[in-house]
Amino acid sequence: MANLKQLSQQEEFFTPGHRMCAGCVAPVVVRQVSMAAGDTPVVIANATGCLEVASTIFPYTAWRAPWIHNAFENASATLSGVETAYRALKKQGKIDKKVKFIAFGGDGGTYDIGFQSLSGAMERGHDIVYICYDNGAYMNTGIQRSSATPQFADTTTSPAGSVIPGKIQWRKDLTAIMAAHNVPYVAQVAPSHFNDLITKVQKAIAVDGPAFINAMAPCPRGWRYDTREGIEMTRLAVETCYWPLYEVEDGQWKLTYKPREKKPLTEWIKKQGRFRHLFTDENKELLEQFQQRVDEEWEKLLRRCGEM
Amino acid sequence: MLESRSGQRVLTGVHFMLGNYAVAEGALAAGCNFFAGCPITPANEISERMAKRLPEVGGHFLQGEDELGSIYAVVGASLAGAKAMTATASAGFNYMQEGLGYAYAIEAPCVIVDVQRCRGENFATQSDVMQMRWGASGDYEAIVLAPASVQELFDYTIRAFNLAERFRNPVIVMSETTIALMRERLEIPPAEQIEVWNRKYTELPPADYLPFKAPEYGVPDFAPLGKGYHTIYSLNPHDERGRIDWDPDVFERLYKRITGKIRENRDLICHTESYHLDDAELALIAYGSEVRPALDAAEMARDSGMKVGVLKLATVWPVPERQILEVAKQCRAVIAVEMNIGKYAGEIERVCAGVCPVHKATRNRGLIHAPEELYQFIQGVWA
Repeated sequence: MANLKQLSQQEEFFTPGHRMCAGCVAPVVVRQVSMAAGDTPVVIANATGCLEVASTIFPYTAWRAPWIHNAFENASATLSGVETAYRALKKQGKIDKKVKFIAFGGDGGTYDIGFQSLSGAMERGHDIVYICYDNGAYMNTGIQRSSATPQFADTTTSPAGSVIPGKIQWRKDLTAIMAAHNVPYVAQVAPSHFNDLITKVQKAIAVDGPAFINAMAPCPRGWRYDTREGIEMTRLAVETCYWPLYEVEDGQWKLTYKPREKKPLTEWIKKQGRFRHLFTDENKELLEQFQQRVDEEWEKLLRRCGEM
Repeated sequence: MLESRSGQRVLTGVHFMLGNYAVAEGALAAGCNFFAGCPITPANEISERMAKRLPEVGGHFLQGEDELGSIYAVVGASLAGAKAMTATASAGFNYMQEGLGYAYAIEAPCVIVDVQRCRGENFATQSDVMQMRWGASGDYEAIVLAPASVQELFDYTIRAFNLAERFRNPVIVMSETTIALMRERLEIPPAEQIEVWNRKYTELPPADYLPFKAPEYGVPDFAPLGKGYHTIYSLNPHDERGRIDWDPDVFERLYKRITGKIRENRDLICHTESYHLDDAELALIAYGSEVRPALDAAEMARDSGMKVGVLKLATVWPVPERQILEVAKQCRAVIAVEMNIGKYAGEIERVCAGVCPVHKATRNRGLIHAPEELYQFIQGVWA
């Protein structure tokens, strides 16, 4: 458990001067992960995405750690190679330092195109921590829907209009899918609950074997919220139970935060332009449908966590 | 404009349009009713436009989980009778090669737009020109069209669909960052003036139909869907019945036909344009956006009394050998112009071998040639 004062004195591996947008929460996630890692030497792999592009505009870099970018679909595969080489060197006595391996990928590079390599790395059991900063669309290329995009969100490839009311499908439950890989540690986090996030990342780093963390990281351009409200966006997502905080440790599901009072979903989505079309008389039913599905998913999670 | 005319397939009229949008409008005008793609810069506006426009005209838009998923969805849609297209950029085009190889082998008509970019960055390049020809495994002939303007992005996309349907072959539209992200005048003709080809379905009853039977260098007819015809679409060598057969003779016959249907019909496929070539002693041979500075440079040379012309390769693959050779015979020398380390220049050298020398004005630094640079190059060769 960390306190703010200690954390603020920590040297971070992600530095100011990067070019992420104002109000983007992805760098906040990265900084909290960095605080959690503390003095542990890390090697970072970054899938193609906003974070990769905006943190390494040649000839600059915002990273103080060894960092590797390969392509969109293969951060896990690349890091698998790095981690395997590390184990080989360690076995040969050519390296004695304990090094940890962290991958960052957005939802496009994690849920979609990078899913195969992620699944492979988890199954092979590499000692890596994969952190998905989930902003719910391909924001780097211009806000196209991904399998993490919430249902009904308006994106450039799921445009809300007379034919469809935004994205038709419910989002892929990647955290549960990663838990189904039976890896030692899987968790879902939000940077508004930084203590929970940092504790979970520390656990993920400490385990011997693969760990996966899904972090909500709102995007002001794609979600269309006031840039001041990035952290508020994740807080409301947690409080409305759209994005519950939980962990799966050695197969044990555990809810790590239970809102005292579950807020109505509209409190979260009314602040986002991507859901604006839902607040019309003709789409009232969709709004109810949306709330109902969130309730169902929440109850499913409560049962999994033995809370009901 | 777009909102007020939603539901119309052909947006007849004069527009000031983005190159990527022109591709989407060309596809719609050609009858495209299925699009699958994965986000990648600088091709995104094609997907976005299709995501908006296709549902309005009764078509279907699908976002694949990656490029491989997208190309296979396109092939599946094509086999189900759709006019299908995908759009991507260089790195994504790499990722599509397996599916593209399948499309060549089973002779699935489809259109692939590759908006070329420098690896990882969105600078101008033509470095995929060989990948477009040789990227997939197996034996096949590629049809690759190289537009040089927003108007041609529209026109050649229509042409790509027509060639795909006619020859049952994937057709690649070789776009580039330069023209894809440029806005220019675009004139869309009335729908009835747009020539549209549709695939040929067999008239034989199911009992007599052989799915891959065709004249020596011909194109087999498709089986109508849902009418009791059975076809196996296999990547493996197959006989006229479509059954997998490892007999070397079957293998040889199949690939002779699959490649021959393109090679032997080269005159129907290859398309070039000549500028100032009538009395030219020196010719620039260019394709895609490089045609633009080549034309400017030729005119500058003309102004200085040098008889220089331009051969524009609207079709890059198959190589318009006859047209290149005609120019070679007429000129003292030719200059191959391209925006890469000098890839297609090798093809031009091959065609011109023993006829005239080939000079290479090639560059790969993320920038299109400036007319002045080509003019200086011309001066050097002319002297």
